[in-house]
Amino acid sequence: MSDLGETRWVFPRWTNQLRVVVGVLLVVVPLYLVVLLGYGASPKTTDVGYAPEQPVPYSHALHVGQLGLDCRYCHTTVEQAAEAAVPPTQTCMNCHARVRAASPKLLSVRESYATGLPIPWVRVHDLPDYVYFDHSAHVRRGVGCVSCHGRVDTMEVVRQVEPLSMGWCLDCHRNPEPHLRPPELATSMDWVPPEDPEVYGKRLRQQLGIRPSTECWTCHR
Amino acid sequence: MSRAAVQTSEDPIRRAPLVLGDDSFAAITEKVASIVERPRPPLWWTVSFAVSLGFAVILLAMLAYLFTTGVGVWGLSIPVAWGFDITNFVFWVGIGHAGTLISAILFLLRQKWRTSINRFAEGMTIFAVICAGLFPAIHTGRPWFDYWLFPYPNQMQMWPNFRSPLMWDVFAVSTYFTVSLLFWYVGMIPDLATLRDRARTRLRQIVYGVLALGWRGSARHWHRYERVYLLLAALATPLVLSVHSVVSFDFAVSQLPGWHATIFPPYFVAGAIFSGFAMVLTLLIPIRQAFHLENLITERHLDNMAKVLLATGLMVGYAYGIEFFTAWYSGNHFEAFTFYNRALGPFSWAYWIMVFCNVVVPQMFWFSKARTTPWLILVGSLLVNVGMWFERFVIVVTSLSRDFLPANWGTYSPTWVEVFTLLGSFGLFFTLFLLFIRFLPMIAMAEVKSVVPRAGLERGPHRGHGQYWGEIPHQHDEILGGGNHEPR
Repeated sequence: MSDLGETRWVFPRWTNQLRVVVGVLLVVVPLYLVVLLGYGASPKTTDVGYAPEQPVPYSHALHVGQLGLDCRYCHTTVEQAAEAAVPPTQTCMNCHARVRAASPKLLSVRESYATGLPIPWVRVHDLPDYVYFDHSAHVRRGVGCVSCHGRVDTMEVVRQVEPLSMGWCLDCHRNPEPHLRPPELATSMDWVPPEDPEVYGKRLRQQLGIRPSTECWTCHR
Repeated sequence: MSRAAVQTSEDPIRRAPLVLGDDSFAAITEKVASIVERPRPPLWWTVSFAVSLGFAVILLAMLAYLFTTGVGVWGLSIPVAWGFDITNFVFWVGIGHAGTLISAILFLLRQKWRTSINRFAEGMTIFAVICAGLFPAIHTGRPWFDYWLFPYPNQMQMWPNFRSPLMWDVFAVSTYFTVSLLFWYVGMIPDLATLRDRARTRLRQIVYGVLALGWRGSARHWHRYERVYLLLAALATPLVLSVHSVVSFDFAVSQLPGWHATIFPPYFVAGAIFSGFAMVLTLLIPIRQAFHLENLITERHLDNMAKVLLATGLMVGYAYGIEFFTAWYSGNHFEAFTFYNRALGPFSWAYWIMVFCNVVVPQMFWFSKARTTPWLILVGSLLVNVGMWFERFVIVVTSLSRDFLPANWGTYSPTWVEVFTLLGSFGLFFTLFLLFIRFLPMIAMAEVKSVVPRAGLERGPHRGHGQYWGEIPHQHDEILGGGNHEPR
């Protein structure tokens, strides 16, 4: 063995290992790419859980969960317009002019009220600009806030709970029944269907005449 | 009788030899391998490589300009939304078909004369398909989104339109490229081993050594090799017909007069083989002369290919004629106008170039003198190349420019960018091709050895494909060795 010098063989002995390496790579690389693209690059991974720090430590858990404010008290336009309005500082001051009027946590709210400059809230649920989403169309047809935004009434800091990807939108547009409720209960956080959601949803769908479109132009105009 | 006459005569009693000369097996190895082993390429190679590379660089520049500025740099508009881009695509895909026909169909039909030219033709196929694949990819407007053509799972739950022939094209051409590449490479393994064994430098030993995949020429290696080769030939055979049929669907499935015709798939396949054989001849004749390969690529090979050219030329000629018949017999106003417009409209010059090159020129191959005179074949095949490019141009542009309503008519003229992109694609093709003949064995040495006179196949009743089906003559061990047994 050892008397055969390196000059006799072009490929040293260790190159035999390369066959195994190539074989492993042929399995691992495609697997890695599939996992990377299928899971790593999915909005479920990249977007869900986004919870930016807000300029005011406003707690939905406190205001909605404990005090029982309705969503529409602040997000007034949600039933009439595409946008669910972010409230002006005036809305905060309706209460906070008297309630905890000297709290240091509310300093920037009072500042905003005094100067007239809005509080720079950071948008959590941000759809691409080429998507036309209408809150009123959904809320008034019985899709509850919870379906897309999750249990906001338990969130100290609002975070994104759904991927908001196109496929996720289509899942519901193709099969809306499990997500339907009586429209007047749209903002209820803890509503549960009185019977099997599929059966109940089917009946609601018939009553309300829900025919969600999956054409391109429904969302891309 | 002259050498050519002996070789191309069809006397049933004396079977003409497939290759000439009485070269030993080692001499054949020497002749083919020495082309890639000479330390410096011949001057003509260097000059043509420089020119080809120059045009390939022009192609890159044109692509850069296209990508940074947009498809507006081409002369396309509505109604003529396809011009040089799709013309070039169909032209290049068509070129490839001769390689697959020679390597797969002639193999299954046991046409042993193919052994001298199949490697060469397969190489041409690969490079032509590379050029072809370029054009659909760059004509999309936003080529950085070309991956949308592939059905991959995505968060949009969006899939390509599987009902569109343009989608089928993606699969047809990518399958074609994959199978052709595999077929070419697998067929080359024994010859790569020969080059490895003859290599003088460490670099060549390593590169050819890796490419040869450890080939040692054992009986088991040969057994498996021949099985794989046969299977790949069987896989590639339907592709000769299917790929260009699918390409023709790009046109035939639409409802445009002049495109919407059931004759399109066979018409396109015949045209593809026609243009492909013309390209093989165009490349083969000068190369054969330059490397003195006349004994391996004989007049009989040229004669056979010229006959294929004649036959397929008659087929496309028939298709041109029957299109007019259909237009008249259908009684369809628009169909009739389309063909009137082709022959006498603003693009009639292109139509008549096409008819001259594709129908008139090949008629000379009725004469055996023309089929055995290399320069005449070269002129003929060059003209056929021109004619087949114009055929695609005529189909694409005349139908689009004048369809149903005169209000929608338009015209088309290419911009300089399109012209240089076409020239650049030739640059890319020839660059790859010249690299191929410089670094890879352009004749299948191991296979040719099975058809030389001393392989013993001339004795007794003739037996099909000796190397694969007949008795292997044991006294000639070298036939199996791929050159490995020659002590150095």
